[in-house]
Amino acid sequence: MEFPGRDPSQRVLALDDVSLDIRRGEFVCLLGPSGCGKSTLLNIIGGMLTQTSGSATVNGTPVTSPRPDDIAYVFQESTLFPWFTVLENFRLALKFRGVEDANWRDRAMQSLSAVGMEQFASHYPKQLSVGMKQRINLARGLCVGSEVLLLDEPFAALDEQTRMVLGEDLSILLARRGKTIVFVTHSLAEAVFLADRIVVMTARPGKVKASIEVPEPHPRSPDFMLTDAFQDIRKELYGLLRDEIRQTVAAMRVARDAQA
Amino acid sequence: MIANDNLIIRTIQVGLFVALFGAWYFATRSGAAPLKLFLPAPELVWREMGVLLRSGQLWSALYVTITSIIKAYIIAVVVGIAVGFVVARSRTLVHMFEPVLSGMFAVPLTMFFPLFVLFFGIGPDSKVAYGATYAFFPIALNTIAAFSNVDDLYLRASRAMGASSWQQFRYVYMPAALPVTLTGMRIGFFICIASVLGGETLAATAGVGRATALAAELMETARLYAWIAFVVCMSVMLNLLALAVETRSERE
Repeated sequence: MEFPGRDPSQRVLALDDVSLDIRRGEFVCLLGPSGCGKSTLLNIIGGMLTQTSGSATVNGTPVTSPRPDDIAYVFQESTLFPWFTVLENFRLALKFRGVEDANWRDRAMQSLSAVGMEQFASHYPKQLSVGMKQRINLARGLCVGSEVLLLDEPFAALDEQTRMVLGEDLSILLARRGKTIVFVTHSLAEAVFLADRIVVMTARPGKVKASIEVPEPHPRSPDFMLTDAFQDIRKELYGLLRDEIRQTVAAMRVARDAQA
Repeated sequence: MIANDNLIIRTIQVGLFVALFGAWYFATRSGAAPLKLFLPAPELVWREMGVLLRSGQLWSALYVTITSIIKAYIIAVVVGIAVGFVVARSRTLVHMFEPVLSGMFAVPLTMFFPLFVLFFGIGPDSKVAYGATYAFFPIALNTIAAFSNVDDLYLRASRAMGASSWQQFRYVYMPAALPVTLTGMRIGFFICIASVLGGETLAATAGVGRATALAAELMETARLYAWIAFVVCMSVMLNLLALAVETRSERE
């Protein structure tokens, strides 16, 4: 994947020779230094960006544009439309996907209560905290019932505590549904806690550096974080990432000096 | 505490008006002859207002002025929003037309008013054209700003959710652009009123502005003040109307 930029000198090679197979029902975390192309990869899988070379296929068919029937997308920031109430936002998501039916309300309320937000159905997004909004955002992603869920750092804007609670909830939620999930994150702990497999990416241009399995069944309890297995995987990830982060920082310095 | 503050604020507001009218009243009591000519006593103005009201002059003048304002405003809104929307569709068009439109809006169009009279005659049509032209600019400019600044995040999200382009327009663009467009419409509304009335005072055969200017030309100052008082009343009413419409559409 290459971004053209304004002139040839600004051309950016974001992803290079990335090959990744994700099994049905698998929870995969993409982990890597900032700017390594994690979100770009997610956008390609979701059909929001078209790759300059190579291909992305979901269920055997190439992805060229958004496919809401198969793929739901949860963004970093809350994308609840501020001019509609929470419930109207759910209705709209179903309408956009073309699956609005007579019992849309039940369906929306079900998803809301799954994240414990049913009492806020008639609130407007601005009346809710960042954590609540992101919780509902997640519920909306689940509500449309697509098989694949792409999450682009959905907890990045949240504080540490809210993050932990939401991560735990997500683990419980997903254990019941068997969805295929690709989750982009910066957080090592989050990756280990949530994923079945963690894909570590290199500094730009992003390549797959390592792929690490987390053999722990869902739902996972917070106690899992205290186990040696958890700590070992975390340490391993840190070892893998450290060099890449150093490289990124060095590259940023070079770029800064070149500008100055 | 807050109720108390409100009371104080209201008292001061009313007090200002009372002071103004009081000053007017006492000035006419004690003033010299030329002052009396330019500033007739309040009761004389009041009497003139009664005369204008009973004779039907007020209603026929108001009819001309208000229909001109409505016509001009409808034209400005329809054309302004249409042009603004079309321009906002493409970044190139925005770069091309936005500076042109805002540059033209910065020119005092009053200087072009004689041209409007030449093209559209001395009747109400020239005032309609003038008011519509003047009000067109803020409406078009705000519509451009509103539609070209819709947060990309919401557009990407709706695309990912599978929204068709009509759905994207109806549920994302429109509600996102509404507040700024409404602001443009409100600015346009007041500019429209001011232009039509201003045009009438410059060159017209009928209307409130014309009647006001005529009273001034004939040195009938009591009548002049009576017309001004009616214009003030009309503006306040139209302002309240605009406010009511705005709060209603904001609630929706």
